[in-house]
Amino acid sequence: MSGKTEVGRRGAGRRDLLKCMLGGAATGLLWTVSGGVPRAVSLGGEAFAATPASAHDFSFVQISDTHIGFHGAANPDPNGTLKLALERIAQLPARPAMMLHTGDVSHLSKPEELETAKQLLDTAKLDTHFIPGEHDTLIDNGRTYFERFGKMGKDGWYSFDQGGVHFVALINVLNLKPGGLGYLGPEQLEWLESDLKSRSASTPIVVLAHMPLWPVAPEWGWGTDDGAQAVSTLKRFGSVTVLNGHIHQVIQKVEGTVTFRTAMGTAFPQAAPGTPGASPGPLKVPEERLKSVLGVREIAFAPSAAAPAVTDRPLDA
Amino acid sequence: MNRTSLSWAGVLGLALVFTGAAVAQDMAAHGDGGMGHATPTAATAPAAAKNEIVIDNFAFAPAQLTVPRGTRLTWTNRDDDPHTVTSAADPKAFKSPALDTGESFAVTFDKPGTYHYFCSIHPHMEGTIVVQ
Repeated sequence: MSGKTEVGRRGAGRRDLLKCMLGGAATGLLWTVSGGVPRAVSLGGEAFAATPASAHDFSFVQISDTHIGFHGAANPDPNGTLKLALERIAQLPARPAMMLHTGDVSHLSKPEELETAKQLLDTAKLDTHFIPGEHDTLIDNGRTYFERFGKMGKDGWYSFDQGGVHFVALINVLNLKPGGLGYLGPEQLEWLESDLKSRSASTPIVVLAHMPLWPVAPEWGWGTDDGAQAVSTLKRFGSVTVLNGHIHQVIQKVEGTVTFRTAMGTAFPQAAPGTPGASPGPLKVPEERLKSVLGVREIAFAPSAAAPAVTDRPLDA
Repeated sequence: MNRTSLSWAGVLGLALVFTGAAVAQDMAAHGDGGMGHATPTAATAPAAAKNEIVIDNFAFAPAQLTVPRGTRLTWTNRDDDPHTVTSAADPKAFKSPALDTGESFAVTFDKPGTYHYFCSIHPHMEGTIVVQ
């Protein structure tokens, strides 16, 4: 979990690899082949600084799973690592137009946790949009969260446009069913359909949802029961980027024009799905490794490109 | 520090051993259906006491439990993440608040029946109590 993204494409030969490298370099991703499997490696650190997001790009950052209030062994100081993350954002070559928080702002939904998170995030001086995680809605169905971060729209989901991109913020952490995963519900799905109805298919779409919209690891609850319905509404669009949190690591999946990307958090990492004997909770790593498994993400739309360049930036990069 | 009092609550959770006739009145203070913090008293106890359910590694253990009516059950969260104990019935028979590491929740089951429950934060975690 060092912030590298992995792509499920197969069978890239040498010629394809070179094509990919050229195309990848233009979008901020370097493709390499490792053990026969193509991998997209973020051009983080110095390499990316050499080709920063241009002034004409529309760029913003995703931050996730700050878990303010957490005090476990995996990270006794989530406030400190959040500050590091915000410093990392302040160091970006191109100043982001805004920040998107994909949930689990707090650890236990306590007012003081949400307040501290808000104060820290405000220091970034960025227009910030939030969605709640399941850790934010523990008290009164999310009252303490919505009081502070609630958005227009009576049910908490919303959409907005910026930089020519249409943003859709979904909530899949309420009214969870026994034995289920994340849940959007019929009202929200209906709203999504009507929200997207009049949009041209060439409008780039960015979707925010805390729990992964696709079944990353159903045995761990990592997925959304009715996520597929949302995806079928989205798939007619030429470029859909789904930004998720919840699992505290980067996993990517491509389904036609829809790219799903989960993100690192800034509090603590979690085990990779399928790790023998692991559970989905906080994972303690050696202290010197912690910053390498926490991070933020920069997303940049070049004026001519429909699909964004996505760069995961670990805190130690 | 907060941690110490939380571990005391956890240890006392282990100490709640039922022996049939002994419906310990001193535990009435915990309150049914509400936040059941165990009152710290001197205690050393075996792990996984009778009529106790441990929450750890994103699972309830034991996940299936059969008890006689009138039994008071205590759930104790020993996991690193908060969990809840939420009745799957509608209307809910019981619902705990979010239990942080070391916190407990108790319910006395007076009515026979089958009570399915789950963690409302991590709903793939499920359990069943059968009251005879």
